Amino acid sequence: MLRLDDVSKTYHVGSFGRGRLAAVREVSFELKAGEVLSLIGESGSGKSTIGRMVLRLLQPTGGSITYDDADIGKLRGGALKEYYRHVQGVFQDPFSSYNPIFKADRIFGLVHAGFFPGISRKEWDQRVRASLESVALNPDDVLHKYPHQLSGGQLQRLLVARALLLDIRYLVADEIISMLDASTRIDVLNLLADLKARGLGILFVTHDLSLGNYISDRTIILRHGCIVEMGATEKVFGDPRHPYTQDLLASVPLLHTRWEQDGSRRVAEPRPDPRLEAPRLVPVEDDHFVATG
Amino acid sequence: MALRVEHLRVYYRTLAGDVKALDDVSFDVADGEIMGLAGESGCGKSTLGKSLIRLDGRMRYVGGHVLLDGEELPVWDDEAMDRFRFREVSIVPQYAMSALNPIRKVGPMIRDLLRARGVHPNGIQRELERRLELVGLQPDVLGLYPIELSGGMKQRVVLVLSTLLDPSLLIADEITSALDVSTQKAVAQTLVEFRDRGFVKSLIVVTHDLAVLAQIADTILVMYAGKLAEKATAEEIISTPRHPYTRMLISSLPEVGVRYEEKELRGIPGRPPSLLEPPGGCRFRDRCPLATARCAQEPPWVEQDGRGVACWEAETTTTQAALLAETR
Repeated sequence: MLRLDDVSKTYHVGSFGRGRLAAVREVSFELKAGEVLSLIGESGSGKSTIGRMVLRLLQPTGGSITYDDADIGKLRGGALKEYYRHVQGVFQDPFSSYNPIFKADRIFGLVHAGFFPGISRKEWDQRVRASLESVALNPDDVLHKYPHQLSGGQLQRLLVARALLLDIRYLVADEIISMLDASTRIDVLNLLADLKARGLGILFVTHDLSLGNYISDRTIILRHGCIVEMGATEKVFGDPRHPYTQDLLASVPLLHTRWEQDGSRRVAEPRPDPRLEAPRLVPVEDDHFVATG
Repeated sequence: MALRVEHLRVYYRTLAGDVKALDDVSFDVADGEIMGLAGESGCGKSTLGKSLIRLDGRMRYVGGHVLLDGEELPVWDDEAMDRFRFREVSIVPQYAMSALNPIRKVGPMIRDLLRARGVHPNGIQRELERRLELVGLQPDVLGLYPIELSGGMKQRVVLVLSTLLDPSLLIADEITSALDVSTQKAVAQTLVEFRDRGFVKSLIVVTHDLAVLAQIADTILVMYAGKLAEKATAEEIISTPRHPYTRMLISSLPEVGVRYEEKELRGIPGRPPSLLEPPGGCRFRDRCPLATARCAQEPPWVEQDGRGVACWEAETTTTQAALLAETR
């Protein structure tokens, strides 16, 4: 289980770093195996920062992240490598995840050398092919190609296949389909659902409410680094209690319903909340929490 | 008729040959019409938007005509087009930042621009402030640098700026794609308001996001691989699409309320053909479940009941859709 307890991230900003910017404030949640948890928020809500802290690309300034009861901030050397064997990330821009001067399948070779040096080349190749097939790629189509010869959807699947070669239990998927075309993005999203069925826990970071609604079991709505609403997806989307969640849902463009002409066009520009402490979450029903104050 | 495009062809020059990004495209935009231009990346929609105002260095005009209010736009002639830009045809680019000078305050930058177009800035200052207020911006944004504005504010500044001389045609190129949902709504609704107030006569809204078009567009033109697939009213495109591509595209879009457990959506297998040597016949046929031998020939653009479609099997699609609706 991945668990966040009162995790905060505060940046020093301004001249001489005198200002403080609270990117994430006292965020607590759990991610279980076999569950898709969506972190939904607008830009500046801290959703990607949380994902990066889980992957230890950033250090929290407060609170702790634990993986199977071990504080990941204290992992070093072999233990950290072991953590990355179980927890991996895939990011928004598949093109910048590859070195353009090497063939795309080099990412598999790196995993081989770094994590499984004891496995023979032949067996490894078989594993790579099996992994590619499990993400619905034809190995002969994608192996020995350069990144520019592959589509965004293919590159993104290669990255998922790479993560699957490790014994991953949890995957941080940070906006992984926002750069893909509409006709292919749904297939990558369905792939996440397959992984979930195989028992993976997925932290799905997105700004797109309809995608979060489609795929996730539980949903967290973030604003200015705080959780404003959290709970089972059908409860958060079906019966949103926080005004911010309600506003967000009302702004989503739908295919079959037009926006109400409510004059809400003059939206207030989002301004970072200067307070450093987070609002308190209170339960409104089973598995549904809303921020107060 | 505000805009008429006839058999327009624009290719990209590359070392490997010509990329036929816009291949024989014809359509009309009526006065007061907001036309959505939709399609996936590489379908030619941005090329079409740009062709109507300025061809960049890699683009090559191959043929066709563009008429704006009955007058021919010399799209092939960069200098001759200058007379029309900003006054008659204007564009809002995807990244507002790339339209604003980062080292100049917004106000002075706008004044520079107006002077460069031979308009005295003082005469238009009040109108500028009035319109900024209309989109929810205080006149003091004019004293700020672009970096001090949020993405949505920048996008609205550019929107006001590009329509300041009341152009006949405004091209909005993916202007809501980089914005958050709530700002996206505000910017999209501003486009409609500008049309309603007559700041622009007609609009072409280029976007990959059909849901935004369903909100604001009167008509939607769907492109695929450099050609037109379908044009109809927004409502018709969303509820009764005739081209198989439009239909599959729309059915692949998740909406709030659709859950994976209840209804698994499907994408479109395969990918669009290369436009270097596009295959003959219908360009969607490799990915199309309805494709027949007939599709090896290029489908003609057929207009019927005010909507147009380029598909041999459009009737089949329509009947199928009707049958489906009945069984439901």
